[in-house]
Amino acid sequence: MLDRRSENGRANGRMVVEDLENMTFSVHRKVFVSPEILEDEHRAIFDKCWIYVGHASEIRNPGDFRTRLVAGRPIIFCRDRQGQVRALINSCRHRGAIVCREREGNTRQFFCIYHGWAYNTDGSIKNIPGDEAYPPGYDKQGKGLVAVPRLEHYKDFYFANFDRDAVDLHTYLAGAKEYIDLVVDQSPSGRMEIISGTQEYDIKANWKLLVENSVDDYHLVTTHSTWLNYMRNSGVNVTPAKGHLLPTKGFGKDLGNGHLTTDNPNYRGRPVARWISVYGEEAKADIDAIRRELVARLGEARAARVADTNRNLCIFPNLVINDGSSVTVRFFYPLAPDLMRVTAWALGPVEETEAQRARRLHAFLTFYGPGGFATPDDVAALELVQQGLAAWRESPWTDLSRGMGKSQEQLATDEGHLRVFWRKWSELVEARP
Amino acid sequence: MNKPLDPAATVTRSEVEDFLYQEADLLDSWRLDDWLGLLTDDASYYVPPNDKPDADHRFTLFTIADDIVRLRERVIRLKDPNCHAEYPPSRTRRLITNVRITGVDGDTISVAANFSVFRYRRNEPVPRQFVGRYRYKLKRTDAGLKIAERRAILDAEELGPLGAVSFLL
Repeated sequence: MLDRRSENGRANGRMVVEDLENMTFSVHRKVFVSPEILEDEHRAIFDKCWIYVGHASEIRNPGDFRTRLVAGRPIIFCRDRQGQVRALINSCRHRGAIVCREREGNTRQFFCIYHGWAYNTDGSIKNIPGDEAYPPGYDKQGKGLVAVPRLEHYKDFYFANFDRDAVDLHTYLAGAKEYIDLVVDQSPSGRMEIISGTQEYDIKANWKLLVENSVDDYHLVTTHSTWLNYMRNSGVNVTPAKGHLLPTKGFGKDLGNGHLTTDNPNYRGRPVARWISVYGEEAKADIDAIRRELVARLGEARAARVADTNRNLCIFPNLVINDGSSVTVRFFYPLAPDLMRVTAWALGPVEETEAQRARRLHAFLTFYGPGGFATPDDVAALELVQQGLAAWRESPWTDLSRGMGKSQEQLATDEGHLRVFWRKWSELVEARP
Repeated sequence: MNKPLDPAATVTRSEVEDFLYQEADLLDSWRLDDWLGLLTDDASYYVPPNDKPDADHRFTLFTIADDIVRLRERVIRLKDPNCHAEYPPSRTRRLITNVRITGVDGDTISVAANFSVFRYRRNEPVPRQFVGRYRYKLKRTDAGLKIAERRAILDAEELGPLGAVSFLL
């Protein structure tokens, strides 16, 4: 039996403690507040795992670029003039300045305003002013922008890995691929796109709390009661199923490699393709047509899988794709132990008509985002958690025991899928030599 | 015979300013039902995303894009103690300046103004300061000016430390 009362409140020195005798699962709260543990996470997780960079639809044409932070690094995500997708370190090889300052655009080159070094869109060096001053044999051609060590994609979702020796992305994604497929299958051509408009906001809480929150259905009824009221007022049936906390009985799933998802029968409407009264009577025929296309293309069973389930997918460590009231792609990164930056977009099929796109965006804002009817309350909950964690020395353990001891299915309101994240976290951060 | 009203004779900047100050007072004192009374029956409220401040909400993901139905639901939510992001309600103070009438089209008056909204929360030593511009479409009605469209456009490059727009900006 593990000693839960050992020195420093730590059990055998471990932060993640699975007690199979008493059927409890605990996480030491130091992991949410410690700068040393955050540093360990940078090295053991963000430098080793596949980290989301962006979606191919954001850089459709040669010369298109987006700049963003990926695992804390300034990155240019671009399509070079030959059409190849790149992720380049946005730092001049001369003295280090950022060479692309715009958020997005189309360009023929990246240019450093400090001394004028210029780079082609594939990262290769284009011009070094006054290069006759360098000694003979100076490796000018070797002075291109540094590419991320590994860049791979699955169905247009691009990920970087800063570890050259990492397993390939498809192997890494394991069972998460099946759940990405369910999102992509909403498009008749299999092409989804990031919709214009970025939601970037900070939460004054540890980043791991948002992993938990994104897939935690236990909190929905309490944290989001005002959203449930809004749905109810709009004519949506949100009465809990008999014996359940939520309107439908959903599940939490382990997808391997630390990835996890919820998998819930839909009750809250889906632009593809489940009508609810919030959409208005006039949308009914259109939703039916979307549904018919799905059935014709995928068959009844697969169409129902795509259109009648909501899935909150977490790809370890920091990418969440929520396929619910709408589809949101969001990733987040710790700026400090008690602070994260969240970046989120809406995702939709490229074929959508204007009316369908408008409906998707309207549905998105009923729940998601910093002005939605639910996300601000999640932010409030996580910030309250972080404030409470200031007393981690006196109240050192967080409890994640719901569903422990069940031999089979884990409900989405259990915590079995949250434990999947923590086991992987422990494997990477605590099992290091 | 319907002769178009002479707009200059029917609305002045001071009238518009008084109206905006009255609205600001209702919002800052959380008299939200009274605030709803300032709206037309088809009013809309927008907060565009920080990276696309001039976009159209039908094609771009906004922070807020409410029609009147959702706006009324938003007020129901904001008054509920279970609206956790706003309980206890934020203390807000909005300073409105640079008010201009930018156009008149029939009974619709376009108005531009600048705003600085300070949001104070318990356990937050530093206020969150929302700075930007308002764009209104006001309607002249028998019951006085009404808001047909209200657009709050933030200057910040990203929401970032502003966090959520959980109150009426």
